[in-house]
Amino acid sequence: MGAIYRREIGAFFTSSIAYVFLAVFYLITGFFFTMDNLAAGSTSLASVFSTMFVISIFLIPILTMRLFSEEKKQRTDQGLLTAPVSLTGIVLGKYFAALTMFLIATAIVFIFGVILSLFGTVAWMTLLSNFLAIVLVGAAFIAVGLFISSLTENQIAAAVASMVVLLMFFLVDTLAARVSMSWLQSLLYDLSFYTRYYEFTCGIFNLSSVLFFISAAVLFNFFTVRVFEKRRWS
Amino acid sequence: MIEVRNLTKHYGDKKAVNDISFTVEDGEILGFLGPNGAGKSTTMNMLTGYISSTSGQALINGVDILEDPIGAKKYIGYLPEIPPLYLDMTVKAYLNFVFDLKKCKLPRRSHMKDVMTLCKIQDVEDRLIRNLSKGYKQRVGLAQALIGNPPVLILDEPTVGLDPKQMVEIRTLIKRLGKNHTVILSSHILSEIQAVCDRVIIINKGVVAADDTATNLSNQVTTDHRVIARIEGEKAAILQAIRGIEGIKYVRADMEREEGIWEYEMEAEPGQDIRRDVNRICRENDWNILLLKTMEMTLEDIFLKITMGEHIDLTAKGGDQ
Repeated sequence: MGAIYRREIGAFFTSSIAYVFLAVFYLITGFFFTMDNLAAGSTSLASVFSTMFVISIFLIPILTMRLFSEEKKQRTDQGLLTAPVSLTGIVLGKYFAALTMFLIATAIVFIFGVILSLFGTVAWMTLLSNFLAIVLVGAAFIAVGLFISSLTENQIAAAVASMVVLLMFFLVDTLAARVSMSWLQSLLYDLSFYTRYYEFTCGIFNLSSVLFFISAAVLFNFFTVRVFEKRRWS
Repeated sequence: MIEVRNLTKHYGDKKAVNDISFTVEDGEILGFLGPNGAGKSTTMNMLTGYISSTSGQALINGVDILEDPIGAKKYIGYLPEIPPLYLDMTVKAYLNFVFDLKKCKLPRRSHMKDVMTLCKIQDVEDRLIRNLSKGYKQRVGLAQALIGNPPVLILDEPTVGLDPKQMVEIRTLIKRLGKNHTVILSSHILSEIQAVCDRVIIINKGVVAADDTATNLSNQVTTDHRVIARIEGEKAAILQAIRGIEGIKYVRADMEREEGIWEYEMEAEPGQDIRRDVNRICRENDWNILLLKTMEMTLEDIFLKITMGEHIDLTAKGGDQ
């Protein structure tokens, strides 16, 4: 797992995906920080965190798209799958590499916090729980992206499909608002990533949501392992 | 040591590999021969745990690849048909990655150096794999398999893409490795198998068509009773004399090789060696024999015959033992 993790981190930087990902992430969050905090004179990072959720939908697929699709295309998966490592080790090595990139990106909020603390009081606990929330959302999204990447040989297909699926997670909310059956509505709200995330940006720390995101991450990583199991046995 | 028992792989209705069994002893080099699509790579992929078998068993040093894949994979160095190279890495970084991936316990520096020297890739260690020639890529692929010094090497067409000089080098290397490794090597180049391997398995349409030493395979279909002779003398008289040999089935003058010297092809009843008879009649008639040999079948002939579906009885062991 360690070897795969280190290789993937290296590959992010040699393939320039890391630079593109980080640059776009910083640019957009920086824009909202400037507009809604510096210009508006607010120390609440809620709008920055809301933005992060939306850009994650589009940027996380960029991180995960080539993780497995490229292996399959270049036939390097044969090297991994015949090495004395477990499938779980392979999947998690890649997963944590992508998660590390996402952590580097989201950690920008601490710099924002420090900048804001020069002008006023920052609610550090809220910031911290917000940060935890976006990391948990990222952890779930990356697992989804990784799973989709394992299904195809084409990076672009993986990226687009991941974006669509992640967008669906986001749009479930809008759908739920229009559903009249109450049981279905509450089910959709329960499954909504954004509703759960939004609570955090309001300063509510909900343990069940933490478990929800972690379960989603575990579930999709498990699916990815199953994809390889199945391919081996078919 | 590798033991394969009744290994079978179905893809849907298609039987890619059908009930293959063989054993490779320690220090033996086994050649896998077969036309494209015969099931060589499928078999190798099953041995290395890349794909599962539909039924049957593969044991690497006594460890079942399906029951304890990680345990079995530790013993194997595998060079797949397309070397699993990360094009965006340097040779050194890649081999270091493989070293870590295999959780290798050997001293890193000296082991890296040994492997790179062995595969002759020290001079490109800092270059990106993307920029290497096919020959170098192939050798990096071989180096990757050798990392960790696994006792079993499975090499799928290791000399593809190499120039003739490199081919010879790699063959020599494999032969040397074969002294203390168990090696399975696939190829469709017959001379390569003949030069390197102790034993040959010919696979055709997913089944073992022949399993023997290269020499034995040739012997089995070698035909003492078919002789080629180049004799100096009058053609008609020679033909006449040969026809007089007991048990001869046919004789013909093939072509005039040198002036007045024809090459004759003759066949007697199976099992009858007529070389002495030919020699005797020449002595009696004062003709000079300039060449006399039995028509040996090369591995190539055997291969072609088997794969073209011609009937050759290879199941009966040859008369060498």
